[in-house]
Amino acid sequence: MLTHPTPVATATDQLPQVTHPRNPGMALDLDWVASVQANTSAIERRCAALPGRRSVKKDWQAAWLLKAITLIDLTTLSGDDTEGRVKRLCAKARQPVRADLLDDLGMSGLTTGAVCVYHDMVASAVQALEGTNIPVAAVSTGFPAGLSPFKLRIAEIGESVRAGAAEIDIVISRRHVLTQNWQALYDETVEMRAACGDAHMKTILATGELGTLRNVARASLVCMMAGADFIKTSTGKEGVNATLPVSVVMIRAIRDYLDRTGIKIGYKPAGGIGKATDALVYLSLMKDELGPPWLQPDLFRFGASSLLGDIERQLEHHLTGRYSAANRHPMG
Amino acid sequence: MTIRDIFNEMSYGPAPESSAEAQDWLTQHGNRFGHWIDGAFTKPGETFATSNPSTGKPLADVTQGTVKDIDTAIAAARRAQPKWARLSGHQRAKHLYALARLVQKHSRLLAVMETMDNGKPIRESRDIDIPLVARHFYYHAGLAQLLTSELPGTAPLGVCGAIIPWNFPLLMLAWKVAPALAAGNTVILKPAEYTPLTALLFAELSREAGLPKGVLNIVTGDGATGEALVNRAGINKIAFTGSTQVGRKIREATAGTGKSLTLELGGKSPYIVFDDADLDSAIEGLVDAIWFNQGQVCCAGSRLLVQEGVADRFHAKLKRRMDGLRIGDPLDKCIDVGAVVDPVQLASITRMVDANRDGEIYHAATPLPAGCFYPPTLITGLSAASTLMQEEIFGPVLVSMTFRTPDEAVQLANNTRYGLAATVWTENINLALDIAPKLKAGVVWINATNLFDAAAAFGGVRESGFGREGGWEGLMAYLKPATTPKPLRPIPAIPAPNAPEIPDLDRTAKLYIGGKQARPDGGYSKPVWSAKGKLLGHVGIGNRKDIRNAVEAAHAAKGWAKATGHARAQTLYYIAENLSARASEFSARLRDLTGRSGEAEVEATISRLFTYAAWADKYDGQAKSVPIRGVALAINEPCGVIGAIAPDDAPLLGLISVMAPAIAMGNTCVLVPSEAFPLAATDFYQVLDTSDLPGGVVNIVTGSHAELAKTLAGHMDIDAVWSFSSSDISAQIERDSAANIKRCWVNRAHARDWSGAEGEGREFLRQSTEVKTVWIPYGE
Repeated sequence: MLTHPTPVATATDQLPQVTHPRNPGMALDLDWVASVQANTSAIERRCAALPGRRSVKKDWQAAWLLKAITLIDLTTLSGDDTEGRVKRLCAKARQPVRADLLDDLGMSGLTTGAVCVYHDMVASAVQALEGTNIPVAAVSTGFPAGLSPFKLRIAEIGESVRAGAAEIDIVISRRHVLTQNWQALYDETVEMRAACGDAHMKTILATGELGTLRNVARASLVCMMAGADFIKTSTGKEGVNATLPVSVVMIRAIRDYLDRTGIKIGYKPAGGIGKATDALVYLSLMKDELGPPWLQPDLFRFGASSLLGDIERQLEHHLTGRYSAANRHPMG
Repeated sequence: MTIRDIFNEMSYGPAPESSAEAQDWLTQHGNRFGHWIDGAFTKPGETFATSNPSTGKPLADVTQGTVKDIDTAIAAARRAQPKWARLSGHQRAKHLYALARLVQKHSRLLAVMETMDNGKPIRESRDIDIPLVARHFYYHAGLAQLLTSELPGTAPLGVCGAIIPWNFPLLMLAWKVAPALAAGNTVILKPAEYTPLTALLFAELSREAGLPKGVLNIVTGDGATGEALVNRAGINKIAFTGSTQVGRKIREATAGTGKSLTLELGGKSPYIVFDDADLDSAIEGLVDAIWFNQGQVCCAGSRLLVQEGVADRFHAKLKRRMDGLRIGDPLDKCIDVGAVVDPVQLASITRMVDANRDGEIYHAATPLPAGCFYPPTLITGLSAASTLMQEEIFGPVLVSMTFRTPDEAVQLANNTRYGLAATVWTENINLALDIAPKLKAGVVWINATNLFDAAAAFGGVRESGFGREGGWEGLMAYLKPATTPKPLRPIPAIPAPNAPEIPDLDRTAKLYIGGKQARPDGGYSKPVWSAKGKLLGHVGIGNRKDIRNAVEAAHAAKGWAKATGHARAQTLYYIAENLSARASEFSARLRDLTGRSGEAEVEATISRLFTYAAWADKYDGQAKSVPIRGVALAINEPCGVIGAIAPDDAPLLGLISVMAPAIAMGNTCVLVPSEAFPLAATDFYQVLDTSDLPGGVVNIVTGSHAELAKTLAGHMDIDAVWSFSSSDISAQIERDSAANIKRCWVNRAHARDWSGAEGEGREFLRQSTEVKTVWIPYGE
């Protein structure tokens, strides 16, 4: 017996600037799901050529890296997280780059896209981010494996929303994908979306555990049909996290969903994006494949913890012409 | 523009690759070049400018090569050749290895120079052209190393003339120079008029590879220079890549000169998308197919065939992708489509598209800079009859049609004079592997496009040319048998005696067409006399209509190609068995015809049939070791219909020596038997009749070699023509074969020992087959 929690109102001012209608979802269209193909070799070739096809230099590079910062879900998801650790992270989210550097770049006031934590840290994070527009995202539904009792997974969403999380990163049941039980995946995700209420739902596919790119494509579609606001690659805990091939597949699914429904779905690659140059490749991919709206935090996020550090060093290099060092930038 | 402005707009800024080093190199030479002959630059002569097509600004003046320049280069190459050929394979390998390393060490300079001279995006020259050049020299260093042990009994051709196009200037140089040098030839290369600079730069670098003087010579110039290179004596081979029109002229010009020839010509390659394909990946494939190098690619997937049920969706997706292409300064690292090579080419593209009145034209909605640029273009709703569906545009213009079934896709794909490459997109391996052999093309890419590698042969069929480049197959085009051929004297028929001996019963030999005996269309016959003056019978004088009928019959029998190797072997064994049963009759016939004992020839013929019965299921293709996750299969396919003029000197053995390899490999053929001694062949059709050979697989037309050769060579529906006639018709055949650029294998008045080793073997199998390279990337 599934539980049907009542939607919980949340303060919408905590949400990122939402200018697009939310995804209402649609009936599960199994014909569409079955028709989806993903040719791995061709996708890999596309990805191998991507970094060579696009390049941003000088001021453009600096501006794009600053943009990337605003798209980061600054994340800590460790068993040893404490209130103190989360506060420090939130401080970094408020001031992601040294103030003098931001001033010199003419970009004071920049923050990260969100802070992403476990449920128990939500309240601390919300408190630490008071007075900012930075939303708190909570990973949920038995993160990372998603194998706790369904009732508890649904309840967990409600708890986090009540604690002030504006975004819920749920994990899907990989077994439904691996057994091609699309109906089960759909039903489960629909319920989770209902439990999120006003909070935005990111569905984590855990692509590293789905076996094939075709499965990634089909799971992406089913989650969108079930009402996902974002589709997200990984928990960061799988052996393989965000990759360019997986991103290409998920982005193409978002485009097909847009074509069919007119609804824009967000994308969040997570884990494995640690270098500024990687971030630039992702941004050009979003710009070229989906268009400028996907360069804003309401439709694109990086799930990353070490990326910011590399970007900080690159920005200082941009200003000084000298390669920077990690100790010159405050820890998060 | 402030950083905040850019932050808000998120535009791509300029990302130029520096041209400073390339400019420096030009400046060092005073922006003025002579030819590279005998290991040094000559003094510049009369010059013309080569320009950067994206800016229109001249880069340098290069010398217009004269006949005298060509002769100087030939002399240098001739001097250098014997010594170069005498080097061990290992020594030549070291030079080629050094060239590969030099290309890598100077990769950016070469890439920038290429982009400046040609207009292609720096991404392509940097990430595709130059790495492929290096790979080509590495691979051929290996071939040089292995040549002696792997290909014993071969020798280099001598001096090779190479004429290359402007679309891949340095890569085409590599494709010509690497195999030629590996095999022990020396080279004179004429780069394209628009794009001579990387060849000159490469030549200068070759000094650092210790390449001996005269081994590599570069003569710049326009078509007139190329013509001089084709026409001068002292050249043993011409390797040409370029237009079908010029290729045809070169075929005609080299006819009868004894120069070897390989031609890699134009194409209108089909790009087939089935409804179960990964459509988005197929669209990215199209970007690599037709918007790669501004579509100026001979094997560009320029003819889109998309299954009707997904066509609208596919076209819509495609248009959106086109809108995202960035056109502009080719040196910018953020550009997808660069400049067209020259205003002349731009005018040609524009004229062809503007003349089109069919379908709907869609130009990419993307900013187009002023100058020598053409927007990515899609023309949908065309029919097979539309000019643009048939003619090569050689620009960023894709034309599109729909199809309903796999069979229809194949028919439409093959409805062209060309046969260079083909692309197939489907997730169904059964469909892909069923379609690939049916496509008339030298290269087939499954779920990919424009994949190249030195190990995998590249080249075309039909009017896309002949010969392969890359792999062992490609190397063979730069080698010949090490033996010295003996001259072949004309063998006349035995004249009518003064006192003829007439047999009791008249015997009439007919033609053999479509498995039936046929009277010659013209209604003429001539007597055949024995050496002792006996009338042996009459033989029909076949004419052009008999050839026409025979070719039609040969086409009707094309199911033979689909018979298994085992089944073809069975038929050949059965033919041998039936010939053996009548051995004494054939021996007697041969003695009557030639005056020599025929027993040995009949025995040798039976053995030869066994040889090709043996080969029928053993001439295996290969899985090439290409640097992708996937396989590139080199499949030996039959050429199609072969017209063969049998030798005069061995009336039975000679006939079977050409027939057996042809049919063993799945070809059908039209045979013209010995003109002097035709009756062994006409007796032989009775053997064929009793041997389960499907009608039309072998057709026999007796008559004048010179007369029938003309029809065979000029016939548009024959794929290859061979001649071992003792009549001097090689030149005529080579010239007339230019009609549809069919493959020619002619004896050039050289004798062949039909009873010995050179009467059979791999050379015959190679001539009976086309190598098709099927690229199959895989991965899940």
